[in-house]
Amino acid sequence: MPASWIFLIVVVLAAIGYVLARGRALASAQGDSRHLHSLPSYYGMNAALLTAIPALILLGLWLIAQPVFVEKRAEAFIPADAYESAGQLSLMMSDVHRIAAGLDAAVAQGVLTEAAVTRLSAADDVRGQLGKVGVALGSDVDAAELEAARSFRSLSHTGDLIRDGLVVLLALAGFGWALKQTNKDFRARNAVEKVIKGLLVLAASLAILTTVGIVLSLLFNTVEFFKLYPAKDFFFGLTWSPSFGGGSELGILPLLWGTLYISLIALLVAVPLGLFAAIYLSEYASPAIRGIAKPLIEVLAGIPTIVYGLFALVTIGPLLMKAFGEQGGLGWMAGGTAVMTAGLAMGIMLIPFVSSLSDDIINAVPQSLRDGSLGLGATKSETIKQVVLPAALPGIVGAVLLAASRAIGETMIVVMGAGAAAKLSLNPFDAMTTVTAKIVSQLTGDADFASPEALVAFSLGMSLFVITLALNIFALWIVRKYREQYE
Amino acid sequence: MTDATQFGAEAPKPKTSILELDKRTRKRNAAETRFRYYGMAAVAVGVIFLVVLLGTIVRNGIPAFTQTYITLNVELPAAKLDKKGNRDPAEIAKVTTFGYNGIISDALVTALKDNGVQSDMKDADLRKMLSSSAAAQIRDAVLADPSIIGTTQSFRLLASSRVDGYLKGRVTRESLARDKNLDAAHLDIVDQLQKAGVVSRSFNWSFIFGADASESRPEQAGIGVSMLGSLFMMLVVLCLSLPIGVAASIYLEEFAPKNRFTDLIEVNISNLAAVPSIVFGILGLAVFIQFVHLPQSAPLVGGLVLTLMTLPTIIISTRAALKAVPPSIRDAALGVGASKMQAVFHHVLPLAMPGILTGTIIGLAQALGETAPLLLIGMIGYIASTPPDGIISGFLSPNSAMPAQIYEWAKRADPAYYERAWGGIIILLIFLMTMNIIAIILRRRFERRW
Repeated sequence: MPASWIFLIVVVLAAIGYVLARGRALASAQGDSRHLHSLPSYYGMNAALLTAIPALILLGLWLIAQPVFVEKRAEAFIPADAYESAGQLSLMMSDVHRIAAGLDAAVAQGVLTEAAVTRLSAADDVRGQLGKVGVALGSDVDAAELEAARSFRSLSHTGDLIRDGLVVLLALAGFGWALKQTNKDFRARNAVEKVIKGLLVLAASLAILTTVGIVLSLLFNTVEFFKLYPAKDFFFGLTWSPSFGGGSELGILPLLWGTLYISLIALLVAVPLGLFAAIYLSEYASPAIRGIAKPLIEVLAGIPTIVYGLFALVTIGPLLMKAFGEQGGLGWMAGGTAVMTAGLAMGIMLIPFVSSLSDDIINAVPQSLRDGSLGLGATKSETIKQVVLPAALPGIVGAVLLAASRAIGETMIVVMGAGAAAKLSLNPFDAMTTVTAKIVSQLTGDADFASPEALVAFSLGMSLFVITLALNIFALWIVRKYREQYE
Repeated sequence: MTDATQFGAEAPKPKTSILELDKRTRKRNAAETRFRYYGMAAVAVGVIFLVVLLGTIVRNGIPAFTQTYITLNVELPAAKLDKKGNRDPAEIAKVTTFGYNGIISDALVTALKDNGVQSDMKDADLRKMLSSSAAAQIRDAVLADPSIIGTTQSFRLLASSRVDGYLKGRVTRESLARDKNLDAAHLDIVDQLQKAGVVSRSFNWSFIFGADASESRPEQAGIGVSMLGSLFMMLVVLCLSLPIGVAASIYLEEFAPKNRFTDLIEVNISNLAAVPSIVFGILGLAVFIQFVHLPQSAPLVGGLVLTLMTLPTIIISTRAALKAVPPSIRDAALGVGASKMQAVFHHVLPLAMPGILTGTIIGLAQALGETAPLLLIGMIGYIASTPPDGIISGFLSPNSAMPAQIYEWAKRADPAYYERAWGGIIILLIFLMTMNIIAIILRRRFERRW
């Protein structure tokens, strides 16, 4: 039985539990709800929750755990000398999955009987027989794979059977227990609320779970990578030239340089523009202008990054080529994709980010500071430059750091606008590449996931995660410290 | 005594007058004006960038919504399509699209002759004006209704992307010099046929509702199927992130005691909000695909990843909405005997709902435009050529999503695909704008000020 049916059975049981428990509670109070401890629906809810929740949790855990377990057991059937790398093993295992699925289909369509499946040996034309039921295999089936597939199948079947039985049993147990509890003195509301509160805590902990998931998935694969490739060469290598044939040099420094260079250009565009826009909008602009200009600038923040990427590729790049290119221009630029192209597009993207954060911070500076300065005869711009901005400085630095973290983690613009060659160059019109762009290119090819060329993406991700996390924490710390001064 | 001062030395004449600005004041005032203009310029530059960006999108994208068609009267000879003459669908299906090419060439020659166009081009070369999908289109029509064999039918066939580009001004005679797909001579024919009304441009519904096509047929590509992919992804995001986000916010805002655990959750949420989206893609790849073995390229996986990504946004805005409900509401509910849970679920939550929905819609809009995580879970490179055939396969079978489709088009070599990409961006932006407008209306209409 597929898991969805079990799910439905549990849900139906819970619904029945609701109706029965509610009726039972009312009956124990002779139909007068005033004698009950809680409202009648709470008794029903209690039964429904007790029936459904433990059973569904078990079902969920089982669905995650069983494939992992079965996979490990089936892998044991493949002799260790049949494969050279983990990648080859995973290819063989996907063959095993297909064979198992094919056997299932063959039994379901009546081409093979269960007994015939157990008798099947590698000498029989397994590939041909499975081809008949619409499962095409890439190669002939060898004995180990067939054995693994058979064990995979039988383990999955037994696992499914045990799962179905246990889940339904657990649901029934909850059902029975809830009905037994139900009488007019049972504190149903308290019980239900305790469960609901538990669910709320669970939902809130998902944030922790996500972080743990991110860290673990990055960490495991990073460790795996460092087993294949020395960490020293990764962190201090000056060349990035992956080749899937082996012998690649995977130094992070050129990528880091590209990332920082592009981010720097983006910040050089975004910070002055964003900051001046924020100052004008919060200190000078009339409410009418502010009401129009502020949302307009913030529209820039709502535009997806893919649009900026395409804008960089199709509009900014050719425009820069006209001015700085080799034909008719200054001859500094060899192609449309360059640090400058991506940096400018990213700068435009970050303007609203800087301006709305700075706007909030400038508005948070107490009016009394401005009044004091203006009262001493300073002009408005002097007040801003010598009083408001210094007071807001920590917050603005925080905003710039947050913008920098956004720039470092930005992907689509650099994938489309920055180029693919990893270079250590000072010329902003050279094509360079970034950490994020290389994560994408290393993980979207047909590479097998166990090779260092693919695993390096996880270490790049780890470096990216650590850098942005440090920037964010630092920025938030600065902003918080600043806030304490005035509140 | 007072007189003495009157006749004494004259009081020193002040060096400056308050009626006349001195140099320093003028300098300060000039600096003031300058500073003000800097601010104005910054705002203006921001707005100009927006205008240029939107202008570029509209200018480049609008052509994708029209397409060039060639209307031909195609004779469908029974001798070629159904040799035995018994109209057996299985036998008609044996004639491949290749067999239809001759028929199309004949129809083109007839069309030229009828309209008095002189050309010494070979028949097979003439066919380059048409999309390579034309043969399949006629074949599908014949298979759907074998009775039209032996008659002459009028078909509206897609012109090739070069001809389409010529009518839209993208392709010129000079640019065709090195192009082996079409010659300048073709364009002379197209000019004459356009005057005769055989070649025409009309609104392209199949761009909005159609499926993606392979790299060589940009004229046929549409965004409809990936729109479905996005829809299924957004369903997953909505169904998961709204309940989980609201539950988490209720706990943090109403129940959480001030302790280490709560602090940990808070720190985590604010950090997750700033983690680069590509890292969520890596998480999705490692956990959902490698560990749990969910199918690659499936909208379900995309939805799960985007859920994790939007949760912090939704939690932050939901908490703000809950905080805005005044404590008096809670106190009144508690005062008449409600439990804390009842006070929250029966009173606070309904009052906070408009704010929560606004935040959710904005979170969804963000998720809809996100591309980077989708690259890693395999939604790029997949050609979304067939729509999913049911709700379950809509979630589980491979599909693309709108931003992923746009990226895919932008990557393809043929410049005709740039136009498609910009057109796709227009559709994506229309969706985003609608969502944001709904959010604004919700906020204006239902949000209460206490």
